[in-house]
Amino acid sequence: MATTVTGTKPLIKTSFGGGAGRRGPNGNGLPKRNGDHAASRLQSSANRYRIGMWVALASILMMFTALTSAYIVRAGSSSDWQTLAMPRVLWLSTALILISSGTLEFGRRNLKAAYLNSHKTWLMAAMAIGFAFLASQLFAWRQLAQQGIYVSSNPHSSFFYLLTATHGVHLVGGLLALLFMFLRARPAEANALAVAKRQAAVDAVTIYWHFLAILWIYLFVLLFFWHS
Amino acid sequence: MSGETHETHGAVHRHEPPTSFIRKYIFSLDHKVIGIQYIILALTAVLVGMTMSVLMRMNLSWPGTNWPILGTLFPGGAPGGMMTPEFYLSLVTMHGTIMVFFVLTTAPQGGFGNYFLPIQIGAEDMAFPVLNMLSFWVTLVGFIVILAAIFFSGAESTIGPIGGWTGYAPLSALGQIAGPGQGMGLNLWIISIAIFCVGSLLGALNFITTLLNMRAPGMSLMRMPLTCWAWFTTAVLALLSFPVLLGGGVLLLLDRTAGTSFFIPGGLYVSGVLSGTSPNFPIHTGGSPILWQHLFWFFGHPEVYIAILPGMGATSHILSTFARKPVFGYRAMVFAIFAIGLLGFFVWGHHMFISGMSPYSAMTFSILTLSIGVPSAVKTFNWLGTLWGARIRFATPMLFAIGFVSLFVAGGITGLVLGQSSLDLPMHDTYFVTAHFHLVMGVASIFGMFAATYFWFPKMFGRMMNERMGQIHFWVTFIGVYCIFVPMHTMGIVGMPRRFAQFTEYEFLAKLHPLVVFVSIAAILTVIAQIIFYFNLIWSLFKGKKAGANPWEATTLEWITDSPPPHDNFAGVIPTVYRGSYEFAVPGAPNDYLMQTEPDPGEEGVRVTEGAGNGHNGHRH
Repeated sequence: MATTVTGTKPLIKTSFGGGAGRRGPNGNGLPKRNGDHAASRLQSSANRYRIGMWVALASILMMFTALTSAYIVRAGSSSDWQTLAMPRVLWLSTALILISSGTLEFGRRNLKAAYLNSHKTWLMAAMAIGFAFLASQLFAWRQLAQQGIYVSSNPHSSFFYLLTATHGVHLVGGLLALLFMFLRARPAEANALAVAKRQAAVDAVTIYWHFLAILWIYLFVLLFFWHS
Repeated sequence: MSGETHETHGAVHRHEPPTSFIRKYIFSLDHKVIGIQYIILALTAVLVGMTMSVLMRMNLSWPGTNWPILGTLFPGGAPGGMMTPEFYLSLVTMHGTIMVFFVLTTAPQGGFGNYFLPIQIGAEDMAFPVLNMLSFWVTLVGFIVILAAIFFSGAESTIGPIGGWTGYAPLSALGQIAGPGQGMGLNLWIISIAIFCVGSLLGALNFITTLLNMRAPGMSLMRMPLTCWAWFTTAVLALLSFPVLLGGGVLLLLDRTAGTSFFIPGGLYVSGVLSGTSPNFPIHTGGSPILWQHLFWFFGHPEVYIAILPGMGATSHILSTFARKPVFGYRAMVFAIFAIGLLGFFVWGHHMFISGMSPYSAMTFSILTLSIGVPSAVKTFNWLGTLWGARIRFATPMLFAIGFVSLFVAGGITGLVLGQSSLDLPMHDTYFVTAHFHLVMGVASIFGMFAATYFWFPKMFGRMMNERMGQIHFWVTFIGVYCIFVPMHTMGIVGMPRRFAQFTEYEFLAKLHPLVVFVSIAAILTVIAQIIFYFNLIWSLFKGKKAGANPWEATTLEWITDSPPPHDNFAGVIPTVYRGSYEFAVPGAPNDYLMQTEPDPGEEGVRVTEGAGNGHNGHRH
């Protein structure tokens, strides 16, 4: 069995070189010395979903930042930019995504309060309204196509289709996550770890969903209320 | 510190490894297996990339020669065995793409980072094992797609798309009309890179979460090995730069396939056809080719650091271990890593000095670029400070680590030349730039990975690599790469342009031809020397001397566990960390070094006199 060399003599100098002085164990910053080790392990194990989600959001935000800078450069660098007339149905989309964001928030809080049935109901509502949002976006596409405006028609339409499609793809990912949460929601989880993980996962998906709502509003403003 | 803490840590929660072959070795969730998969991918990709570089050198130094075997293998690209210029250009493109993405990004981060980051912070696995597995398989699909790009261009007299690894628009945005190497192969090239972006993002997400969330008790940020700092910073760079490339790639693909004009300006006249006058060439107006350059290089410059930062981390780690001294200025090293990463986001413009940018922007980018010299110099001086006065153990990992420092300095110093826009203007399209980035980003990173391989092989496979073969490999490679890239600087100063298939038409370059031949011979010998490395890997896997848990007498957490480590790294015990990573030459310590898990006598007097390591601090007996 593998062992390592460990000293048994008293050491004269204890902290040397690349360390941070004489600090006790602190791990990932969570309390470790109160004897409640199991609880802190549990918390940190569940926390990774929230951390992971924030990290993922940074990355998604970066992509939309890149597309925004492309949008601004493209709009300002040439004279072929023609602003589209806004499809009115986008107001409906905006309302829908805000409502579904709210419903999901209710679902999250219900889970926290351990009301499993209403949690599932709210989850279902958020999903349904999410689908309605997608349908509304598709309807906007149809309206534009009927006017003969396609992705290659002019730079603004290119960006409109691109940005709504990219947002839609992310939203489909969110819907799949919601579906997964819905199917996995079952009563009386045996151990505390599973409960904490479930809550963290629902928190993470909710954060993501709110992010998509805010992102949509941002894109809506950028596409139709921002002028170069 | 209380005793109960140890009691709870001593509780054993073993995670049994999966038993089926497929779950254990193919679709494995174990970060160690995934790390090795990444390394195998890189070892495969580098063979392809290296072969391409040899073919390019052959064409440059012996232009017009018939290579019958080439004629047989690529009847389109080398009819009768003589390479066409298009064939050469597609070699340039594919060599760059494969090396940058599938070698320099996969091995240092996906490979060694995956294997050792969780162990070095005392975690059982990555935070999201399934995402980790996906990140590898997605990356592999990206590699298969880039290989497909070679075959889809087979009929076109090239062996892949033409566009350089930077894929500059509008050439890359036009499609088949723009000539050979612009058809389906280039679409696949973009798709491959997009897939690669997704794989890297999954990896980066995992690295960051793991490091923030899963450090063992006592593993404060400032106690982490510098390797972990490097992998973490690399992951942050990847997380913020790959999405930009992904966005740009989507725009480029739309220009090529959907008729949009993000990057294609109006009124282009290509291959005898005016934009909009032929169904093969739809109308385009108003796009900005420079926009592509901005998006690409906003990713491209951080990518350079994605390649080299893990090598810097490994070098710091190995220098300290084999010099038997703490890293000189640990904190400064951490801040330097971060400063390099941060500044890396504000200097992309220096790749675009010749794009006609305003001199004021150029000056801004110039000043920011030169300021990267400061953290780079901090690192270099600290490496030298670590070596100063040390009784160095010249094992192979140490040789490669010192080689890394040498190459980083030699390659970095010309960065100070190229970082000034006025000097870059005449130099940019010459071999000077080729020599600069190959030395500093290519070869130095690879040396970091060689050092890492020789250093960690015993931990990964339980056997030492052969030392004699390692030493020969080092010296031939070290001398070889200098013989290749130092003359290239001279060629660049004389004015030899990059990317040209041959130079027979240029009288002023005729005198350089012997030097070109010399570089090619050096390159071919260096490539042959890599056979020693591959042979050593395979030989040592079966015949190498058995390694104990800690053959190098190193201090970090990977060395307290078995070689190779068990499925859950520490056999169910969570190690507790009491000190920094580089406590070598400790006065009074019995073995001149202290493991990170060794308690301090002041705080842990009872423990120490009882006999340290009775299971409480994570050691197994």
